Amino acid sequence: MATENLVYDRPEGFTDTPTHYCPGCTHGVAHRLVAEVLEEMNVIDRTIGVAPVGCSVFAYNYFDTDFVEAPHGRAPAMATGIKRVMPDRIVFTYQGDGDLASIGMGEIVHAAARGENITVIFINNANYGMTGGQMAPTTLPGMKTTSSPNGRDVETQGYPIKVSEMLSTLEGVGYCVRRSLHDPKNIRLAKKAIRTAFETQARGLGFSMVELLSTCPTNWGMTPVNSLKFVEEHMVPFYPLGDYKMSDAIKQIKI
Amino acid sequence: MAKELWKGNEAIAEAAVRAGLEAYFGYPITPQTEVLEYLAKRMPELGRAFVQAESELGAINMVYGAACTGVRVMSSSSSPGMSLMMEGISYIAGTEVPAVLVNVMRGGPGLGNIAPAQGDYNQAVHGGGHGDYQAIVLAPASVQEAIDLTVLSFDLAEKYRAICMVILDGCVGQMMEPAEMPEMRPVRREDWDWNTDGKMGKRERRILSSIYIDPVEEEKTNLRLLNRWRTIQANEVRYKEYFLDDAEIVIVGFGTAGRVALSAVREARAQGIKVGLLRPITVSPFPYEVLDQLSGRVDAFLVTEMNSGQMLEDVRLAVKGRVPVEFYGRLGGVVPFPDEILNEIHRMVKVKLSADVHPRDAWLERMAHA
Repeated sequence: MATENLVYDRPEGFTDTPTHYCPGCTHGVAHRLVAEVLEEMNVIDRTIGVAPVGCSVFAYNYFDTDFVEAPHGRAPAMATGIKRVMPDRIVFTYQGDGDLASIGMGEIVHAAARGENITVIFINNANYGMTGGQMAPTTLPGMKTTSSPNGRDVETQGYPIKVSEMLSTLEGVGYCVRRSLHDPKNIRLAKKAIRTAFETQARGLGFSMVELLSTCPTNWGMTPVNSLKFVEEHMVPFYPLGDYKMSDAIKQIKI
Repeated sequence: MAKELWKGNEAIAEAAVRAGLEAYFGYPITPQTEVLEYLAKRMPELGRAFVQAESELGAINMVYGAACTGVRVMSSSSSPGMSLMMEGISYIAGTEVPAVLVNVMRGGPGLGNIAPAQGDYNQAVHGGGHGDYQAIVLAPASVQEAIDLTVLSFDLAEKYRAICMVILDGCVGQMMEPAEMPEMRPVRREDWDWNTDGKMGKRERRILSSIYIDPVEEEKTNLRLLNRWRTIQANEVRYKEYFLDDAEIVIVGFGTAGRVALSAVREARAQGIKVGLLRPITVSPFPYEVLDQLSGRVDAFLVTEMNSGQMLEDVRLAVKGRVPVEFYGRLGGVVPFPDEILNEIHRMVKVKLSADVHPRDAWLERMAHA
């Protein structure tokens, strides 16, 4: 019998549900990386996810773990409540940039400052996807959105927030990095970072967050391929990839 | 257990601990802060969770998260802080998870002041957060009752997978009285059929959410909540009666306003006036039925509140215009003296009362000429 190599399959961390995401959107990639990591760490059974409000509001449909769905921006507070009473569970939030960096800025900063032993997957696609592409705190200067139709004017609409850089100043943060999902190499690096973030939590080493530069072809008005190019050419230069905070204990983790 | 001297806020905190509180999340605000301070010391002592949140928004969502795991969880605040919690309260109600909330009410609206008031009655009893839901609301008038109702609130919240609020005014929160604590109950982790505490190899995954994207499903959820509320209405109405057997005038007041009214009632009785008091313990579900029955046999009602007549409207709904309903209120953090209520009783005995004028209008008219 010929040997067949299975090269692609649905990870065990996923349910058998097709996602609702637009074609070319990198949410699906980010979801898969999280599901693979949960499977590899053998923690699916004791993981509780916290979904946000935004495009990934239905994230709870796709992961084969217990899930709760938070009010807009409040996922880190909900995760805090869960983790504090169930410290042996793996608790993660999955949040977009409107959710995390705008309405939920208070919750994310204080969860990080308290060193909550949770993991945050932060999707930065520079706009509010679900409501139809409005300006987010992460929208690039000059970038056109439905609520910055002439391009984001920093004089009147302020400057983008670099969340990873900001949170990395907090003592409670164990691991805080930015990665991108625009090509296979970066996707592999993103997966390694997600694994490190969950390992940080599993070892009780403090707050962990992976910011993922992502695409939004529908609201950007671009093809999926051009969206990936946009991330590489415009987002990466503004939001440099890198390890913004990695405590010494986390540097020792071998993956 | 023997009686000890307890401050209202600390008594509530200890009562919650003894009811099996596993997690407390709060934020400082006067006149509630002693609940937070007491639990900051007590919860870690017992190896239980305590977090001083970054805001009431943070606190209520920590409550929400912990509630989803199925443990006994509580937060407490005072009026402006409760307003901030309304978003989370609506989500908790929509997700059908149990949570206990304590509101030590102060003068408002806005920043108001830190004096005792009952201005949050409508917010607690008739909604507050968005959408179609109702919360169980208990209103203690003494430190002992605050202890007993705090313990009860956990049982009710769990039984109905609902929010149970204890609303007291700053007066009950701040005063010290002799009171008896219940025995310490062990913390129990129940295997509910709904909580999200991880699959742990024993079941399929669960989702807890307040989202029903299909309106038909949301309608079903609304009806499920409504039917559960009807069960609560049928089974959980609580109130206290004083001198009602032969009463011709019945005063209705909750919390401190009800307790002050009791002093006036006792004085009036000593003067031979047939007056009684109905003090709702559950302001939600509201004791409509007992008021309905009373309105068939008494001459008049006097509603007394530390607000502009919020519960008054519920009393009027129950009485249905059959007999006159009068109102006397103090607002903005002013607590009425028994004499003021006694004067109202005297007035009601003397003058011919009318059911034609709205009691609030009549009261304002009297105030203008006082």
